[in-house]
Amino acid sequence: MTSLANVQHSVSWFEAGARQRIAGLVDAGSFVEFIGPEKREVSPHLALFDLPVQFDDGIVVGAATLDGRSVLIAAQEGRFMGGAFGEVHGAKLVGLLHAARELGRDVVIAFDTGGVRLQEANAGELAISEIMRAVIEARRSGVHVVGLIGGRAGCYGGGSIIAECCSALVASEQGRLSVSGPEVIETNKGVEEFDSRDRALVWRTMGGKHRYLIGGVDLFVDDEANAFRLAAIAALGRSSCFDETVVRAEQARLVHRLQRLGACHDGTDVWAALGIADPAPIPGMPTDQFLAIAASHRENVDDAR
Amino acid sequence: MREWDTRKTARDARIDAGSAHATGKIVAPANLTALLQAVVRSGDRVCLEGDNQKQADLLAQGLASVDPAVVHDLHIVQSGIVLPEHLDLFEKGIAKRLDFSFSGPQSARVASLLFGGKIELGAVHTYLELFARYFIDLTPNVALIAAVSADREGNLYTGPNTEDTPTVVEATGYGNGVVIAQVGEIVDKVPRVDIPGDLVHFVVDAGRHFYVEPLFTRDPAAITETQILTAMIAIKGLYQPYGVKRLNHGIGFNTAAIELLLPTFGEKLGLRGKICTHFALNPHPTMIPAIEAGWVEQIHSFGSEVGMEDYIRARSDVFFTGPDGSLRSNRAFCQTAGLYACDMFIGSTLQIDLNGHSSTVTESRIAGFGGAPNMGSDPRGRRHPSDPWLKAGAEADPDGPALLRRGRKLVVQIGETFGEGNAPLFVEKLAALELAEKLNLPLAPVMVYADDTTHIVTEEGIANLLLCRNADEREQAIRGVAGFTDVGRGRDHKMVERLRARKIIQRPEDLGIDPLDADRSLLAARSIKDLMLASGGLYAPPSKFRNW
Amino acid sequence: MEILRFDLEAPRPASGTRQLALVGVVASGNLEILLERAGPSNRCSIEISTAARGFRALWEAVTADFVAHRAAGGLHISINDGGARPDTVALRLAQGVRLIEETAP
Repeated sequence: MTSLANVQHSVSWFEAGARQRIAGLVDAGSFVEFIGPEKREVSPHLALFDLPVQFDDGIVVGAATLDGRSVLIAAQEGRFMGGAFGEVHGAKLVGLLHAARELGRDVVIAFDTGGVRLQEANAGELAISEIMRAVIEARRSGVHVVGLIGGRAGCYGGGSIIAECCSALVASEQGRLSVSGPEVIETNKGVEEFDSRDRALVWRTMGGKHRYLIGGVDLFVDDEANAFRLAAIAALGRSSCFDETVVRAEQARLVHRLQRLGACHDGTDVWAALGIADPAPIPGMPTDQFLAIAASHRENVDDAR
Repeated sequence: MREWDTRKTARDARIDAGSAHATGKIVAPANLTALLQAVVRSGDRVCLEGDNQKQADLLAQGLASVDPAVVHDLHIVQSGIVLPEHLDLFEKGIAKRLDFSFSGPQSARVASLLFGGKIELGAVHTYLELFARYFIDLTPNVALIAAVSADREGNLYTGPNTEDTPTVVEATGYGNGVVIAQVGEIVDKVPRVDIPGDLVHFVVDAGRHFYVEPLFTRDPAAITETQILTAMIAIKGLYQPYGVKRLNHGIGFNTAAIELLLPTFGEKLGLRGKICTHFALNPHPTMIPAIEAGWVEQIHSFGSEVGMEDYIRARSDVFFTGPDGSLRSNRAFCQTAGLYACDMFIGSTLQIDLNGHSSTVTESRIAGFGGAPNMGSDPRGRRHPSDPWLKAGAEADPDGPALLRRGRKLVVQIGETFGEGNAPLFVEKLAALELAEKLNLPLAPVMVYADDTTHIVTEEGIANLLLCRNADEREQAIRGVAGFTDVGRGRDHKMVERLRARKIIQRPEDLGIDPLDADRSLLAARSIKDLMLASGGLYAPPSKFRNW
Repeated sequence: MEILRFDLEAPRPASGTRQLALVGVVASGNLEILLERAGPSNRCSIEISTAARGFRALWEAVTADFVAHRAAGGLHISINDGGARPDTVALRLAQGVRLIEETAP
């Protein structure tokens, strides 16, 4: 029996660029871009380093409908400067989130970022904090902010911290979520602590399946634009609350999780501690089988979403 | 009165001296260097298994640790210079002279040791040529080989990565030499006997598998639209019209793209069963979709590829497997198969000149030849006809009498007009010529000669050199597919148009191909994970290719 | 960065009603091309920003070939180049024209 049928030919989220992801997510023809490439709002800093700019500074923002519901949407271009935050890139996302609060519209953010652009470090870091604040303010006004993680650059650094402020996160197997990247950990802690070239290890530590099992993301999907679309719709449909009670409950949950799992050395140890009898095959497992096991074993979804 | 068994006597003396460090045939790793100092004599010809993939790494470390005062001026004859230890031998004076074929990973260091006078170069060969000389004038006195396992009699199992071993042992063992093997484990009974114990004198239990270079895994995620376009042009402009069933793909992304386009683009053209049925080929993971879709009858392999073992075991209809079920590769026979039993070789190179000579030499690296000069040559000893062979022969010599007109093997160079680092593929003068001048070599290291080359394929189209009647036409045919390189821009536009009218040059449009259709969605697999899924989970990709 | 500007005669005007099109991404070996409707229908203006200096002659050859073979008239084309090879440039330019000639949604 051949397995050629196993190979999907739908739109791979991993392969797609920012604009293709938006096209695959939203209702056909509904996307209207804000500050589009023709406005040429480019980075004011990159020329100093003899680096080329991109007309949209690596993030596409605008409005669309998702299953008929009006949303604001942002998608990072992971192939431009690793999707990293710069001054204009950050400002576009801040502005979008402020608009979300003003208009009472939900937001969907397709993350694909290594963190802050070194060439624009100060502006980038400021933007990260402004975005975090804007996410919180939007959520406090009753708006959902849903993050999608499945691109080549993953969701690292300041991007990962923003992501964890969102109402809900959707991740695919290829997606990665972590503050520090594999090379940074290896450089700082040594190869015995973390071998960044051991990609199976990287995914056991930061990848979509692990994050789903440990309660770091809410929904796990196949690497398909349509799967992300359906998950985003589901995530937007959940109730969302953001107040002091919720934040305290989230803090307690994280403390408890750390106590329970903090001594584990590897993702497989974590999954074993979660009660999964045979954790080793998890990375190679097809989605249906994985979701079945996860349903009865994964860490409880937190209270802050 | 002449003595006629001096070599046998000498071999027996070496074995005697070595036996002091062994229990029967078995040698503990701690005694390895002492064994080598007893068995290997200064000035010996030594073959240390540096195959294309498999490396006798423990024996290499052992040989590199001998005392140069005791063992020096060795003449190294081996296929591949791959491990640092292979060159440490020269640095330390343990070895002096070198005859080899391929040095990919060490190409820069080979060059610097050559220029520094630490290596006395015999010659750079193609694999089959070096193997041939093992039987004539480069017979090793000592062979240091690698196997998966051994029994106590010295019978060896070499497994999927059998590669050069039978050839090396045949020459050394029957040529009065000593054979020393490193193995991953000693067992009661080997799964199959690849090398009989009669020919093996010492066995060292390394306690771990020998090192293997993963060379033939090309990540589909890295295949570009331009490479897909060249693949479409090759399939429609060459594979289809010549009806190429028996062939070899040189390693590279262009051929990987062809492999991944067979079940999609090739299927749409109705070519399954008409092309690509029999291969001399390593088990490229990118072949999985085509094999699964029923394109391939049989593949013989030079070596194996990391992660493919279980897939091969489960597809014994296609691959050569032993009674134990695992792959049996054999470089010497696969190279011979590529020479005589294949109608096409298609591969990539780094430079092509205006004659059509091609080379991978650059000024600071000497990577050698590997198998390409053999695979990419026209075998004049061939006698059996086939349609592609006869058709090519007729194109080369349309006026000659048919009954005396030999066919031609299709030898195709495929690549983008600009390669890595935006270096042009087409040049006026090969770097190989500059190297030859610098090193005072009698011959420039050309990989495939112009008179063997039948076609060149780039994103601009196909140049059919068989149809060219003089050097001028040849030059313009090459310029006509050289794109925007200096060579391409120097073309005589009128002459190129005349060549196009005679179909010496064919553009994508002439083949009914729109370059804008060259899209990654045409690939039957777009990632390593897709390949793994297409194999039903049998293919186990090495860690460095994973993103899950 | 080196800025190159070409103002070329374009025998065939770009059809369709889309006002702008964008192809490509600024990444190593790649480039971004923004096409906008501007200028006379028999001319094509091209502006290139690139960090790879000294390749004017090559850009001239590629753009000349482009306007000769594709419907490039009535377009202003802006390029941010990440060090793309000429065949990639030619491909993206062709993709850009095909996109702008598509019927606007």
